Amino acid sequence: MMFSPLSVGLVGVIGLLGTALYGLLVMHNLIKIVIALQILVKAAVLALVLGGAASGQVNLGQSLALTVIVADTVVAVIGLALAVQVRRRFGTLDTRALSTLRG
Amino acid sequence: MLYMFLVVGLLFCAVQAIRAARLLPAAFWLAGVSALLSISLYTLGAPDIAVIELSVGVGLVTVLLVYAISITDDGTPAERALVPRPLAWVLVVLASLVLAWMIVPRLGMRIAIAEPIFGRVLWQQRGLDVLGQVVLIFAGAIGVLGLLADPGAMPDQAEQAAADDRLAASVSVAVIPPSRDVLFTPEAEPEEVNV
Repeated sequence: MMFSPLSVGLVGVIGLLGTALYGLLVMHNLIKIVIALQILVKAAVLALVLGGAASGQVNLGQSLALTVIVADTVVAVIGLALAVQVRRRFGTLDTRALSTLRG
Repeated sequence: MLYMFLVVGLLFCAVQAIRAARLLPAAFWLAGVSALLSISLYTLGAPDIAVIELSVGVGLVTVLLVYAISITDDGTPAERALVPRPLAWVLVVLASLVLAWMIVPRLGMRIAIAEPIFGRVLWQQRGLDVLGQVVLIFAGAIGVLGLLADPGAMPDQAEQAAADDRLAASVSVAVIPPSRDVLFTPEAEPEEVNV
């Protein structure tokens, strides 16, 4: 029972979320941040489908996962476009170089 | 057992994507995550979303990442972390423990039998979501076009102002008849007569 697909899937969701959270905390390259966000959303997609399977509404989980995938793809596209513009303007992808505020 | 291998592979690819020092290998590891996730979703009884994840995650997002990396990456290796790594590890472990504590009671559930077809659920029950997705896609496309517009194609403001002044001067010369002062030449002044 502990190794049923749903149980293993939930462990996978936790692992993916933790990995993505670590990446967002540690990395400062804009494109690596976009990659970490992608991993985070893939964990959410897996969780939605698992929840749908567990509640007997797999197709509802699929439709919600589709919404999440579309939104995430648009976020990735705009994030990468912003990264390209940041690179053109500042010459770097380091988030620490983006802030022009001085305390 | 197969599903366990899929999830282990999924986690391995995700960790490698985060640990990769260069951007291009990280993008390919992310493609591996998407591919294994697609197979996992199919084994869970969600073939429609598995196909979409495969095409979007492995295809579209990977191509976009490779394109962005080819434009922006200068080969500089990653520097020191934004947050101290021990602190990041502590935060991640704490978050994972809290999440596990929340979902452990739900472990061991069985997969239920699928119900009405995916299309009916998508178009009838989640129709508003579909409309939102369409709007989001158009907004994203317009936003990207605006972000990636070439600033060099736009005329310089000073040059534009000078061009406007020249145009205005040529129009005034063509429309306004020349005044007498313009026709009067200094050489035509009459001589002074001494009486």
